[in-house]
Amino acid sequence: MKLRGVSRRFGATIALDNVDFDVEPGEVHALIGENGAGKSTLLNVIAETIPGVAHIHQELSLCPHLTVAENILLGREPARRGFLLRDELNARARTLLAEFDRTDIDPNTRVMHLSLADQQIIEICRALAADASLILMDEPTSSLQRASVEHLFAIIRRLAARGIAIVYVSHFLEEVREIAVRYTVLRDGRNVISGSLSEITDDELIRAMVGHRHPERSEGPLLRTTSATERPFAALRVTNLSAPPRLHHASFELHRGEILGIAGLIGSGRTEMIRAIFGLTPSTGSITVDRSRLGYLSEDRKGEGLALQLSVADNVTITRFPSRLGWLDLEAQAAQTHEQIERLRIKALPQTRTFALSGGNQQKVALARLLHQRCDVLLLDEPARGIDIGAKSDIYREIANLAASGKAILVVSSYLPELFAICDRIAVMSRGRLGDARPASEWTPDSILEAAIGSDAA
Amino acid sequence: MIKRIAPLIGLAAVIVLFALLTGAPERYLSAANLRVVLAQTVIIALGAIGMTLIIVSAGIDLSVGSAIALTSVVTALVLRDTSSPILALAAGVLTGCLIGIVNGLAITLLRVVPFIATLGMLGVARGVAKWIADQQTVNVPRTWLNELAVTFPSRAWMLFAPAVWLTIVLACAMIVVLRNTVFGRRVFALGSNEAAARACGIHVDRLKVAIYATAGLFFGLAGVTQMSRLRQGDPTVAVGVELDVIAAVVIGGGSLRGGEGSIGGAMIGALVMAFLRNGCQQMGWANYVQEIIIGVVIVVAVALDRYRASRTTA
Repeated sequence: MKLRGVSRRFGATIALDNVDFDVEPGEVHALIGENGAGKSTLLNVIAETIPGVAHIHQELSLCPHLTVAENILLGREPARRGFLLRDELNARARTLLAEFDRTDIDPNTRVMHLSLADQQIIEICRALAADASLILMDEPTSSLQRASVEHLFAIIRRLAARGIAIVYVSHFLEEVREIAVRYTVLRDGRNVISGSLSEITDDELIRAMVGHRHPERSEGPLLRTTSATERPFAALRVTNLSAPPRLHHASFELHRGEILGIAGLIGSGRTEMIRAIFGLTPSTGSITVDRSRLGYLSEDRKGEGLALQLSVADNVTITRFPSRLGWLDLEAQAAQTHEQIERLRIKALPQTRTFALSGGNQQKVALARLLHQRCDVLLLDEPARGIDIGAKSDIYREIANLAASGKAILVVSSYLPELFAICDRIAVMSRGRLGDARPASEWTPDSILEAAIGSDAA
Repeated sequence: MIKRIAPLIGLAAVIVLFALLTGAPERYLSAANLRVVLAQTVIIALGAIGMTLIIVSAGIDLSVGSAIALTSVVTALVLRDTSSPILALAAGVLTGCLIGIVNGLAITLLRVVPFIATLGMLGVARGVAKWIADQQTVNVPRTWLNELAVTFPSRAWMLFAPAVWLTIVLACAMIVVLRNTVFGRRVFALGSNEAAARACGIHVDRLKVAIYATAGLFFGLAGVTQMSRLRQGDPTVAVGVELDVIAAVVIGGGSLRGGEGSIGGAMIGALVMAFLRNGCQQMGWANYVQEIIIGVVIVVAVALDRYRASRTTA
């Protein structure tokens, strides 16, 4: 497949500017770039203009009320005179599932009862049922745990071996290197560079993605140098916190000026713990907060983190509207929002509606709300997921600044380099049980993974 | 499973409650009273069959009451002018279908959300009905069409009005359509995730027009039945019936967010309201008491449904 000179504009903004893009049959091709670089637009153009393309979006697009088989063959149901041939429907679904050794999935199950990882397999089966010769995958691993990622990669290799071309979009360079052979970097709607991944270093890739705006590498153990000695003030003390079935007897202390990281697999109970601490999930046990305000950043940015229809100013100041006798002080609101915009380098005006921002800028707005709230204990669930490297480094820097100014910070993350970069101490959650928090320097990626997937040894 | 039988339990509870309250269960449960209840509920039940399609597809139709009035007038006019019951029946049903097609086109071509598109039709259809009826009721000659919805059919072996049997047959047919046809499954797919349905190559716009048109057939038939019951076409009839129809679907387990709902449930929902009304009448309670009770029942039924849903997903 070859594309030449693709351009597309939305109103005044040019989303794609004269892009060339090639994919060979049986090739896994990585499409890399910051958010807003035009990756998703390019995928949409490919899906619209070329027949035989299956597009697997970042948010899964299945019909939760329909069965597995109905979803796989949606739009091409076997039928006679309009009547569904259910036996054939199920048989064909079973054949496709068997290709991925997933005969354990019953074609008659409603999709809403499947895990996210299984739902993704249903989407891939659907692409196969459509006889797609090219599959576009937009951040397919963003909601998967590591074991499922391995499984997905095995499936992708199998697809490639059958001659199906795959365009793979991801922010994770390690992942890209693991699965793809060639790459194309997009920046500001243009293709900057293409080639073979074996001939380029990570630093060179990052430079191509961000241009000359952030020449330094933004991830790695650079931000925190403080030692994890005992601090006098425990801002938050959690004892025997339980919220069955996902959380059992979690205990830890979080000190002022400290960043405590919670590692673990998705579904291990980390989000439930944060939600229980904040009071969003009923729980038993004790939570002691020492004259502190809690702030919570949800992992679900669009669903819980932001009011997308409202302006940046409304979102930033929503927990503490500047007001007099119930009347909003609009000037103060704009000024306070402007302060946060400067501080976090948000590319927006106070009056911009939040849905118009890129994912990275939206996440910064969500974080800015906590800063404006003036909370003392920040509970951050996946604060930098699915956003571009520039925005990530801005958010890490701000988290480090907050800790330096005496805030207590709890960070849940599935991305180990992130935890090593910013945390003083790290604890690992496994199957609803929280292990002891130990200084980050005592952990290695291997030991964290071992603790996360280990048996009930917590 | 519980979801499927819950409306049935509700219906049984209503019947038992009023059988005891009236102090005369043999009268409340008599065949004669059953005929009254069924004849009263036919119009709502026919509407609920069509509305189930629409609600499952995550749509809504507020123009049902006006559509019933307009089709009842059209049926009466055709019957008066041609004396042909068959032509009148066909004209009524097709008028309902036409209203549905216009609704569907407004939703798909003009990109107006269903709530607003059908709110507009609520006014338009009512206005057209009054216009073509010259703001009067339309009297019709006596034909078999008038027998369609009588409480006591002239042929005693029929037991119930022909329209009751027709409704039962059509409900069974639509259960099969929703469950076993490509069209039916795509209605669910549309309501479950419209973007996914579109991505799978389903012509979503065409499907929507087809759904509103099919539902319109049932609203048209409800209009014919309405004419038959009143023995005249009345442009001011059936005001607010759409709310009863929606309530029947929702009591029967339909979700206004789409993807959920069943014809069987909607029929039970229609019966729950009919037995409630009838029970209140038998008790000699004032009309306003009925209104309050039915209002509460709708909210409680949906609240119980949500509670169950939260219990099963948590």
